Amino acid sequence: MTTETARIRRLVARGKRFDKVFVILGLMSLMVGVLTLAVLLAGLVHDGAARLDWDFFTRFPSRRAGNAGILSAIVGSTLVMLITALTAIPLGVAAGVYLEEYARRNWLTEIIEINVNNLAGVPSIIYGLLALGLFVYALDFGQSILSAGLTLALLILPVIIVATREAIRAIPSSIREGACALGATRWQMVRDHIIPYSTGGILTGVIIGLARAIGETAPIITIGALTFIAFLPDPPLGAEFPFVSFEWLKSPFTVMPIQMFNWMSRPQAAFQVNAAAAGVVLVVMTLVMNGAAIWLRMRYRKRIKW
Amino acid sequence: MRADVTELPVSIPIPTGAALAAAPVNRFAHRRLRHVGELAIEVVLFAAAFSAVAVTVAIVGILVYESAAFFSHVPLVDFLTDTQWTIMFSEKHYGVAPLLAGTLVTTTVGLLLAIPVGTVTAIYLSEFAGARTREIVKPVLELLAGIPTVVYGYFALVMVTPALQFFMPELPGFNMLGPGLVIGIMIIPYVSSVAEDAMRAVPVHMREGSYAMGATRLQTALRVVVPAATSGIVAAYILGISRAIGETMVVAVAAGQQPNFTWDPREPGATITAFIVQVALGDLPHGSIEYQSIFAVGLVLVLMTLSFNLLGHLARKRFREAY
Repeated sequence: MTTETARIRRLVARGKRFDKVFVILGLMSLMVGVLTLAVLLAGLVHDGAARLDWDFFTRFPSRRAGNAGILSAIVGSTLVMLITALTAIPLGVAAGVYLEEYARRNWLTEIIEINVNNLAGVPSIIYGLLALGLFVYALDFGQSILSAGLTLALLILPVIIVATREAIRAIPSSIREGACALGATRWQMVRDHIIPYSTGGILTGVIIGLARAIGETAPIITIGALTFIAFLPDPPLGAEFPFVSFEWLKSPFTVMPIQMFNWMSRPQAAFQVNAAAAGVVLVVMTLVMNGAAIWLRMRYRKRIKW
Repeated sequence: MRADVTELPVSIPIPTGAALAAAPVNRFAHRRLRHVGELAIEVVLFAAAFSAVAVTVAIVGILVYESAAFFSHVPLVDFLTDTQWTIMFSEKHYGVAPLLAGTLVTTTVGLLLAIPVGTVTAIYLSEFAGARTREIVKPVLELLAGIPTVVYGYFALVMVTPALQFFMPELPGFNMLGPGLVIGIMIIPYVSSVAEDAMRAVPVHMREGSYAMGATRLQTALRVVVPAATSGIVAAYILGISRAIGETMVVAVAAGQQPNFTWDPREPGATITAFIVQVALGDLPHGSIEYQSIFAVGLVLVLMTLSFNLLGHLARKRFREAY
């Protein structure tokens, strides 16, 4: 009997040892990701700190590495994001609302759902090929801010649709029933209840989508963004009639990741410093956006009690 | 009229047919129009949802259209059997094999890192870690997933490859090993977060049953939770594979952009995606054979990711467990 107890004790002790070994293994795997992030950030800042001053943000690219800046890239990124947001948000939210609140369970809905899921898995460079064939040549938008903005809008459309659907699905059906019981039509219910209550979730998805879009390089290279842009697009507001100009939509452009890629692919060491500095700016932009999304999500999760 | 509602008598007289006919005017009649408005809104919303289908059709249409032009110049047999891809040189060979090899090598290296690390991370977060740890680590992993790929390219070229050269002095500055490892790090968050969600969806009573039988945490995790969550874990792997195949910038920056028919990750090489970037940077004239070639290899890329997704779908069906 005592030998049997001892045997069981040994077995339990062995099991607990394996548990401890696995905990160490798990912490090590966690550290792979966390340490990488730390090393990446520290390395970028270390390499690029020398160039991170005010001039870097206010100058155009230059053949002399020390004089080069990211002004045109920042303006380009901002304008492209503007087009992307203006296209993708209405389209994505409308699609999400349709799929959750309107769609009947039939083959057409199923096809749309399969497509949304598949689009989320299509490599980003394929969107670049689509844009090259469709926007740049077939629709003749050229290698412009408009083409780039629309391309990235299509790219993040699935992200926004999925976020919208999840946010709407979290709304209890009692809210819908309450609205309908008071005689609201379906659209009134959606407009006055569903959309306001899902705003937090939708916003989180939108920010994550835009953060992804601002760092996307491959599709923008494919449509042929230029890397040496030493001018700004026409301002959208002018002093003369008709005051508003849309010429900037057709303007050639560069964006932050392209500028960084260009500097990186040059042999001179001085340009590598510029690349690292641009990388710091880019990473800070995406980290801030993603951080805002995470914060927003936690806030809404805590606050909403149905 | 609305004020009437509050003054309704307690016992509501049920209107008979005659009373209904005699009723003055249907007070909702003026709202007929709102059905038209409702319908219009539904049509607009449907159009937005259908745009997803339109995008898919456009992608397939453009890839097939331009590829058809490419294959009218290049026999399909050459494309599939030739072992050289020298489209940028004067003596042209159109064998997709070197690009496929490059894609498979970097993807495999990435997966060899991401699948074990991602799986262990997921098991740890789901079965071992406390709520506090999870709350800190998950956002960090999300931030890791949000870093632009071009920055990862810089990381591979300037930091990872030199670090590898410390251990392997003969490693060239451009190689597929460094970018492959960086791709692996990039897809860890995708693998771990989807796999963890799948494991956490396994009902608690299954774990409790296992503990009641005297199993340890690790035994419960590996023999109860992981088998029960297999379909979700497979989905996580498939997502990781799709990401790795389609990854562009890391390889374009750090692998050397030379199509190279080799299975050795220490050599430089080019993937399908890196080749597309290389051609697009050259600003080739619309309609040239080089222009068409990027659509042809793009079609190959889409077919690859599509078949992996299909495989994942079948695997999920096969391993699905319902509780």
